[in-house]
Amino acid sequence: MDDVEELSLLRKGAEASLYLASWHGRKVVMKKRLPKRYRPRELDERIRGYRTIHESQLMHAAKQAGVPTPVILLVDVKEATIIMQYVEGKQLKQLLGEAARNARCRLCQTVGKLIGNLHAAGIVHGDLTTSNMILSSAGRIFFVDFGLAERTAELEARGVDLHLMKRVMCSTHFAVADQCFRDTMEGYASVVGERATEDVLAKIGEIEKRGRYVTGRRLQAER
Amino acid sequence: MNNRKPQPSYCLGIESTADDFSVGVCTFEGKTLANVIDAYVPEEGGIHPREAARHHAEVAPRVLEKAFANSRLNPHKLSTIAFAQGPGLGPCLRTGATVARALASYLHVPLVGVNHCIAHVEIGRLKTGAENPVTLYVSGGNTMVVAFNSGRYRVFGETLDIALGNCLDVFAREAGLRQSVGVPLGAAVESLALDGNKLVQLPYTVKGMDISLSGLLTAAVTLLKKQKCRLEDLCYSLQETAFSMVTEVTERALAHTEKEEVLLTGGVAANKRLRSMLKIMTEDHGAKFNAVPSEFAIDNGAMIAWTGALAFAHGSVTPIEQSGVRPRWRLEEVEVPWMT
Repeated sequence: MDDVEELSLLRKGAEASLYLASWHGRKVVMKKRLPKRYRPRELDERIRGYRTIHESQLMHAAKQAGVPTPVILLVDVKEATIIMQYVEGKQLKQLLGEAARNARCRLCQTVGKLIGNLHAAGIVHGDLTTSNMILSSAGRIFFVDFGLAERTAELEARGVDLHLMKRVMCSTHFAVADQCFRDTMEGYASVVGERATEDVLAKIGEIEKRGRYVTGRRLQAER
Repeated sequence: MNNRKPQPSYCLGIESTADDFSVGVCTFEGKTLANVIDAYVPEEGGIHPREAARHHAEVAPRVLEKAFANSRLNPHKLSTIAFAQGPGLGPCLRTGATVARALASYLHVPLVGVNHCIAHVEIGRLKTGAENPVTLYVSGGNTMVVAFNSGRYRVFGETLDIALGNCLDVFAREAGLRQSVGVPLGAAVESLALDGNKLVQLPYTVKGMDISLSGLLTAAVTLLKKQKCRLEDLCYSLQETAFSMVTEVTERALAHTEKEEVLLTGGVAANKRLRSMLKIMTEDHGAKFNAVPSEFAIDNGAMIAWTGALAFAHGSVTPIEQSGVRPRWRLEEVEVPWMT
């Protein structure tokens, strides 16, 4: 790791810090999972090491599935660090707030298609929030932060994935949430097909009802 | 609308969502005048809703009397009666609601139905001075991370299955630990955990901002039955793993919302290890950590009274015909005009 020069802290995320760095004359992002002082070291190292390996493996798998992710340049498990391409652009979280209706609609459809690509390849992202999607200057949407991603064939996992997307839209972009999520699912359906989309929507409905204190849950259970 | 300016002064709150029956009295400025709590302690097992409701009906007059005595308040000075309308156990909620309706109609004052989860957040804000925090609310029945956004409290993350307090309680019962008055089961796990030092590997399940605790509980109980680990080590490992999970999702919500305060509330907030984990995490993010004092961490009437006062002052009352209990009432459904 001696060949990396930290330039600035880009973002202090929940579990990792992103640094803008210089690596062999290249502008890169260094993602470092910093130790969490709040949990025991043994548990902390297990979680950080596991997530570092997984993240890089699944970022690569996502590319194979047709989902843009930053190019990985170096992985250091012991330091829980990944060095990757720097994607210049804007977070979807910000874009959804400021884009006009049509542009927003297209963005959401594209996001839906990309999620569809991932799911069709048997990958769930695990943390599908609008902060984890970046529109690059070249107009491609990059998915970042695969730290909680998983390979799975389970409908349940795909449901949880999209359920989070829906929830983030409702909590952060509540004014346009319904339309955004509909557009997302339209894009999703164009990749995985109507049947699979209906299945996952039904699963999302089921997950929502599984939450506590949902109106109507008891009624359904009694039916 | 009448033209007379209301002269709100005192609010009485009734809490009866689960095992505690409690009556609190507060002023509209937020001073707590009384907070009397009577807990139902089951002889064995968890809370039986019907038995708990029976307990509540039995102690209600006594608790009310004591609350009035402690507050030294003439009941006729009350402006409104608040009650926990939900979420919670139906029979328990209904007992509290009945007491509230009777009292309100006797005193000729309006009722205010209060959401129990919001009350936990509000008493936390009141007692700690936190203004706009990310709140981790952990109790026997609830585990959620909430934060205010555009008119309402929103759930950023929650348990996908059982609550944190429930997880600890069930494990404690499986381990043969007993609950006694004043010493909740969680406290028994906490004190055993102090003598644990070996971290046993248990499932750590964080899904985005949500967590799942049922797998962790099953794994811990399985190891317990195999009798290959010391109980102290298991308690320690269970706490470390579960608390790390809730701390991590709180951290995620803090990073996502970019707020500057964290508030810990609910019955499990009494746990010192959980407090210390959250405090460390919060400080590492340059935010301020607040934990509600124990008396107001568990279910209590004062929090209902205070939240009722806030709602009443902002024009919210609950007509008798709409005062039916709401056992599955989500906090996102409630508008909170006092935060804007």
